[in-house]
Amino acid sequence: MEILMAFVIGILFMTATYLMLSKSLLRIIVGTGLLSHGAHLLILTMGGLKRGAAPILGGNAENYTDPLPQALILTAIVISFGVTAFFLVLAYRTYQELGTDNVEEMRGTEKDD
Amino acid sequence: MTNLIILPILIPLFTGVILIFLNKRIAGQRVVATISSISTMIAAWLIVQKVRTDGIQSLNVSSWEAPFGITLVSDMFSALLVLTTSLISFVCLIYSFKSIGEEREKYYYYAIFNFLLVGVNGAFTTGDIFNLFVFFEVMLMSSYVLLVLGGTKIQLRESIKYLLVNVISSALFVIAVAYLYSVVGTLNMAHISSRINEISVNGMPGILTVIAVLFLIVFGLKGAIFPLYFWMPGSYYAPPVPVLALFGALLTKVGVYSITRTYTLFFYHDIDAFGILFILAILSIVFGVIGAIAYWDIKNIIIYNIIIAVGVILYGVSVLNTASISGAVYYLIHDMLIKAALFLLIGIVISITGTSNLRNISGLITRYPGLGWTFFIAALALAGIPPLSGFVGKLLIVQGGFEGESFIGGFITLMSSLLVLFSVMKIFINGFWGKNRIYRGEEKAPVKQLLVAPVILVVISALYGIGSESILPYISQAADTLINPNLYIDAVLKE
Repeated sequence: MEILMAFVIGILFMTATYLMLSKSLLRIIVGTGLLSHGAHLLILTMGGLKRGAAPILGGNAENYTDPLPQALILTAIVISFGVTAFFLVLAYRTYQELGTDNVEEMRGTEKDD
Repeated sequence: MTNLIILPILIPLFTGVILIFLNKRIAGQRVVATISSISTMIAAWLIVQKVRTDGIQSLNVSSWEAPFGITLVSDMFSALLVLTTSLISFVCLIYSFKSIGEEREKYYYYAIFNFLLVGVNGAFTTGDIFNLFVFFEVMLMSSYVLLVLGGTKIQLRESIKYLLVNVISSALFVIAVAYLYSVVGTLNMAHISSRINEISVNGMPGILTVIAVLFLIVFGLKGAIFPLYFWMPGSYYAPPVPVLALFGALLTKVGVYSITRTYTLFFYHDIDAFGILFILAILSIVFGVIGAIAYWDIKNIIIYNIIIAVGVILYGVSVLNTASISGAVYYLIHDMLIKAALFLLIGIVISITGTSNLRNISGLITRYPGLGWTFFIAALALAGIPPLSGFVGKLLIVQGGFEGESFIGGFITLMSSLLVLFSVMKIFINGFWGKNRIYRGEEKAPVKQLLVAPVILVVISALYGIGSESILPYISQAADTLINPNLYIDAVLKE
């Protein structure tokens, strides 16, 4: 199972990198979304996948699954949703103001405007 | 166990929430923000005194015992940084009253300002590596908003780059924490340190060096060390000056703090990682100097000076002996104060002249002697002329470097002082001396009121240098914890 997850994470990172290297702002944002999901899956895999019962007080089982990675992912997902939403709004506003979503045309050479 | 150490996080948080509801009442916002800023300063001062007398303070949030719950820890290093942060934020706040403009004030400037402080103070105080990530995100989210607030073209353009760089570095942060968790199986920083100590009795395993370098990349992006500062000159150029001062004084220093904390607490066995840190610190100094003397734009000169200072501090950390660590702590606080002061001063220059190009500025000192001389003192303090504050820190760092037999680093640090002096004197000589000119927008600039804020900082910085004898006990207490991680571990894990 961990091997499969490793492949999924690798493919997510690969796709994210490909998208973030493109010129269109929207593709870059989709790329950042995929990148953070790859990172979240990595936390899940690093903590060890399901090995036993749910860790509930009073429940009796041989093994328990570590609940911490799931708590971490929950936090990280919320943060990445927030940032992605902000990024989308920022991209839309930039498109309105600069009239382009091509990052090639957003180079910062002229300082005074 | 004391609840005191959570106050510098809670006060700005509640203030930020209150300020959201006051968004159209500018006077009310100013009063609330000032009161909260002053009370944060008092709380921070009390924490410093408490840590001085009773040692490291820790708070287990919701009473979950140390390795399991989230722990907040205030040792002398973080307490001093929280105090400096609240001081700088107070000064930037009173500077903002006159310069930020009504439009931004109505659009939640002060609220976001306070949320930024929540993130910064939280990152300094937390004792949990994942919680550090969360506070980093709080801080970054506020910084995105502060950077883009106002929505001019340059701000939008640079915010996108800044946001993209930081999203990638946040993903790397999560990855680094995941790797670290899989190796040591804990998130509490003290617990991580003792576990790493257990597994590295026969030398550091390679995976930990990888994690150390990943952390260096993540925090180095925030702190703008050598190859990772590429985003900074562009992004920091865009926002208005009070925001720039906050970013330059606080955000990069949070990165530096995190590198210092993780390297001295987790990876102190790891000679390879410290070697990399040493090389990058020296290269930061060299490239920062090149940038600082190459530009003719006053904002860019000071921005490149941030990179130099980060290099000097991290050089002190990489040597890792008592003198160099005390120097790094001392220099870190000095640099926060003086960078904020310099940014606020060049902000006044820009508001008088309407330009930041040094070629179009001259002769300011004839009509603004106060501004000129404050800038002169700040420039001397930055370069480290005794008895001002930069001198003591740099002396300790260089002394530590020579004791640790890293002569090249010490020599480069000393040489960089001269070139830093040259870069700021270039501003002074070209901008303040020479032919007196008439500038448009000159009458509108409230120079006297604006000058209050940087003067406070310069006076504190001068006192910090002159009174270094009475401050050094605090600094050496901070350095003690960094040199002996066991003090930190014992304080957190054995209540």
